[in-house]
Amino acid sequence: MYETNYHRASSVADAAATFAKGAESKFLAGGQTLLPVMKQRLAAPSDVIDLSKVQEMIGIEVSGDTVTIKAATPHYDVAQSDAVKKAIPALANLASGIGDPAVRYRGTIGGSLANNDPAADYPAAVLALGAVVKTNKRSIAAEDFFKGLFSTALEDGEIITAVSFPVPAKAGYAKFPNPASRFALTGVFVAKTKSGDVRVAATGASQSGVMRVAPIEQALKANWAASALDSVTIPASGLLADIHGSADYRANLVKVMGQRAVTAAG
Amino acid sequence: MGVEGIGARVVRKEDRRFITGQGRYVDDVKMVGMSYAHFIRSPHAHAKVKGIDSTEAMKMPGVIAVLTGQQIVDDKVGNLICGWAITSKDGSPMKMGAWPAMAPETVRFVGQAVAVVIAETKNQAKDAAEAVVVDYEELPAAADIKAAIKPGAPQLHPEAPGNIVYDWHLGDEAAVKDAFSKAANVVTLDLTNNRLVPNAMEPRAAVAHYDQAEEHYTLYTTSQNPHVARLVLSAFYNIAPEHKLRVIAPDVGGGFGSKIYIYPEEMVALWASKKVGRPVKWTGDRSEAFLTDAHGRDHVSKAEMALDKDNKILGLRVKTHANFGAYMSLFSSAVPTYLYATLLSGQYVIPAIYAEVIGVYTNTTPVDAYRGAGRPEASYLIERMMETAARQLKVDPAELRKANFITAFPYQTPVIMAYDIGDFHASIDAAMKAIDYAGFPARKAKAKADGKLRGIGLSCYIEACGIAPSKAVGSLGAGVGLWESAEIRVNPVGTIEVLTGSHSHGQGHETTFCQIIAERLGVPISQVSIVHGDTDKVQFGMGTYGSRSLAVGGTAIVKAMEKVEAKAKKIAAHALEASESDIVIENGEFKVTGTDKSIALPMVALAAYTAHNLPDGMEPGLKETAFYDPTNFTFPAGAYICELEVDPGTGKTSFVNFVAADDFGRLINPMIVEGQVHGGLAQGIGQALLEGAVYDNTGQLVTASFMDYTMPRADDLPSFQLSHTTTLCPGNPLGVKGCGEAGAIGASAAVINAITDAIGNNKLEMPATPDRVWHAIHG
Amino acid sequence: MSTVKLTVNGKAVSVDVEDRTLLVHLLRENLNLTGTHVGCDTSQCGACVVHVDGRAVKSCTMLAGQAAGSNVTTIEGLAKGDELHPMQAAFRDNHGLQCGYCTPGMIMSAVDIVHRHGGKLDEETVRHELEGNICRCTGYHNIVKAVLDAAGRMKVAQAAE
Repeated sequence: MYETNYHRASSVADAAATFAKGAESKFLAGGQTLLPVMKQRLAAPSDVIDLSKVQEMIGIEVSGDTVTIKAATPHYDVAQSDAVKKAIPALANLASGIGDPAVRYRGTIGGSLANNDPAADYPAAVLALGAVVKTNKRSIAAEDFFKGLFSTALEDGEIITAVSFPVPAKAGYAKFPNPASRFALTGVFVAKTKSGDVRVAATGASQSGVMRVAPIEQALKANWAASALDSVTIPASGLLADIHGSADYRANLVKVMGQRAVTAAG
Repeated sequence: MGVEGIGARVVRKEDRRFITGQGRYVDDVKMVGMSYAHFIRSPHAHAKVKGIDSTEAMKMPGVIAVLTGQQIVDDKVGNLICGWAITSKDGSPMKMGAWPAMAPETVRFVGQAVAVVIAETKNQAKDAAEAVVVDYEELPAAADIKAAIKPGAPQLHPEAPGNIVYDWHLGDEAAVKDAFSKAANVVTLDLTNNRLVPNAMEPRAAVAHYDQAEEHYTLYTTSQNPHVARLVLSAFYNIAPEHKLRVIAPDVGGGFGSKIYIYPEEMVALWASKKVGRPVKWTGDRSEAFLTDAHGRDHVSKAEMALDKDNKILGLRVKTHANFGAYMSLFSSAVPTYLYATLLSGQYVIPAIYAEVIGVYTNTTPVDAYRGAGRPEASYLIERMMETAARQLKVDPAELRKANFITAFPYQTPVIMAYDIGDFHASIDAAMKAIDYAGFPARKAKAKADGKLRGIGLSCYIEACGIAPSKAVGSLGAGVGLWESAEIRVNPVGTIEVLTGSHSHGQGHETTFCQIIAERLGVPISQVSIVHGDTDKVQFGMGTYGSRSLAVGGTAIVKAMEKVEAKAKKIAAHALEASESDIVIENGEFKVTGTDKSIALPMVALAAYTAHNLPDGMEPGLKETAFYDPTNFTFPAGAYICELEVDPGTGKTSFVNFVAADDFGRLINPMIVEGQVHGGLAQGIGQALLEGAVYDNTGQLVTASFMDYTMPRADDLPSFQLSHTTTLCPGNPLGVKGCGEAGAIGASAAVINAITDAIGNNKLEMPATPDRVWHAIHG
Repeated sequence: MSTVKLTVNGKAVSVDVEDRTLLVHLLRENLNLTGTHVGCDTSQCGACVVHVDGRAVKSCTMLAGQAAGSNVTTIEGLAKGDELHPMQAAFRDNHGLQCGYCTPGMIMSAVDIVHRHGGKLDEETVRHELEGNICRCTGYHNIVKAVLDAAGRMKVAQAAE
């Protein structure tokens, strides 16, 4: 790791101000992605601004038809939250499967989304549920937030403060982990909104990061059942291929995980 | 058996320090004035080193020195060696290129060191390493066997035309040809034995110190065999004469073969410690381990088996290409020859065998012995062949094996080995009973109804451990003897120290060896200490690998004990005024048989050291040494059966049951033996399902971290169901055979045979990843 | 450079370190608590797991500064004097370790698993929860046995308190 300057932010405003002072500042939340990258000397921030102790960024609120998870809330707390389990059990389930237990204690939803790893779990939920990403400057719709691999709509110095999820009628998540890293080789989040719309997002599969899966959405709109996907074919073009999964294998996983997500959703 | 003697499940003496965080590994060692080394490694698989400019780096904070490959050549430090000379078919010696500790002219694999930075802190050394400018001229690379042997391939070493190290053979080619001409059926199979990265959890490390006043070096290193390290560092690398070099291998966090070899980093650390006049520490990180620890396996083979009309095997023909990587590592040459082809008879009567092995250089990390070393490759080949034959001949795979088992011992195979003893029917019967083999078809049908593909696979392995005798291995080209040593010191107060030339890095020697003493003397193991891993403390020994520590090292302890007991009995007889032949040892006492006269061990020991009243002519003291050279290998064997299910939607494999029935001869500590089997099985299953080192066609290691190289984790593995059948090894007084490698040797074939059975497609390579299995199901 | 103040194994400490210093290096290099190990550089192996404010985290993936003000427990702080923690005892009694290198992280993770699940642990859960700790020696068989055994012992110990 290159030498850096560590700052612990006391508030969102303090974090933004400190960020602006550094030549190449980076926000540090749980650090479960940034620190490994820094250890490999693939990132060299002059300053790291730690958001993990900013009290206004920690916590879970459920009001009416919305679940709001503040950005520095660790995955473990989301997975354990009775309120989340009741409102959107698929979201708690997703959080309970990110990384490993030690990662879940530190990793946060804000860090995961800001990094937008193509194999991260949260982007699938955010996109499928049509969540809103709230920052210290604005609110960004899920559709507008993800901009391809490791790229988001966030501007330099912009801080994700919370994510608001509309509570769906039904939702489910199924992930097939990469055997080595345990990131999602392919994960599929299916959601049926209270207005009857169906939204499906897949992570780990596409060369462009998290994606909506139109063929599955159409099939499920017609018939919300795993068997409705039996005749669906996912094209392999544009999908990721590596030693753990060829593009046609991932295409198959999008379908099979989609079916299992529907089954999980009930 | 006493409560702590042979056969007792004694909890390990060494555990307390490990579970309380008090283990002492090399990276835990600190010395006054210690500096830190960081190596500059080639990013290219093949390149000329045209220049190294360290001007800027030398100006960086804390930098003490930047040392290069040319300086190590100028200082006449020797090249790395390969310790086993193999002769090709045509009688020519194997063709080896030079391997300098840091490359002065040419790099031949990604990760090969070209220079080292020594600095006040590890971070400063790393920071400065980035400022060293190395001018490389890239050369085309041969990244695998196929690329290396094709016409016009990039050439690695001028000494080895066509990148061929040797073209070796074993067996009777004419007899095999004759067997095939008489065959009713011929079975053929192409197999790849996938390349593995050992990944002991402790990365390699070295702390080197040169004492100018004494002209003496000390090296703490992560070694399985500190004496061999000292010998090689001294005699071949010219670091220092042996009496001026102390090598200490303290607690070592796993080895699996990868810590046998004497690597460039520890040589450089020693050399640099004198150059900079400071102790030098190098601790590898995991990325360096992936790039520089010797890898394992990597064979491509074609196998053909001839059977008669009664399904008796007539002959076996095997042609194997073995990948050695860019340089010949210490024992690499022996692995695909004398540790592989000699085991191709498996557990079967095969009248004629002919094996050809072509050793190949590639622009990859050197390959050497990894848990099992040659024997897993042989076992995988023969056991997949048996399964393939059974399916082709439409007979039960267990029955085909049984019909061809060797049943009379000793048995001379056509490939050197003389199996001393075994009972292969007992092992397979035990395994089949444990897994309810007869009930499998019903279970398979039920799984099918649940949408799962269920399969069962067998593997009946045999291995050869305790490589020996020295005279025989010498005649086959080995550069060392393969005996072991022990010294027993009975101290004046009756406590006992056992100095062994073997080394424990997880095997539990500190407990097992004590149990041997407890069994013979009837003393509690708390009175016994095992001393190992320090060349200043322990007499020369050969170290630990090849499941040899108990069969060879344990026997050396027994031999030394026999001498101690003989002398102690003389002292006791003298003190008790009895005949020496009437003295028996019980519960730590020397008794005159048939009387109530006795003298306790501490009193005998005290008498030996006070020397006030010893028999006439007897030397004082009670300390004896033995060097034991076995008369033959030992032959652990067993039967493994794996039952599993494949999810047809994802290709993912889930274990239903895994049973192992092993014959290791006598078990000293069954708890430790079971632990060794568990770990071996995990590595064999890992090879079958998960692990594989992958290079791209430019020679970059794609699987260079735990993010891409699939290590077996707790949820990848089942609990294992173990049992033992016993035929005592006739070759050593303990009747033991060795258990460290069995699981890694036998497991992989059982897994692949089970998956191919489940999916009904025999074309499947390791690792059988979900992607590969899914493709094998769906085309 | 910064001064990091924290409590380690019950003792308040103050250490001057570069800001890039990881918690594991502070423990090993500055405090000589070498029981916490480094087995990888990608936050996968878990040899470095310690408890920070009661939660099992990877000390190789946390800056020392992030632990300022926290209570850290390492493997050296787990036993009460000569009395082993039930998890330590269970690892020894079940032969849940061989080379010992992954063991400290494994034990620290295992204690956390039992804290979270109480007595409701089964083999499958233990195996799943040990996902972040890699062992190369044991094949996990005896580690799983040890954790299940310790879960029982810890329940008894808790009931007795």
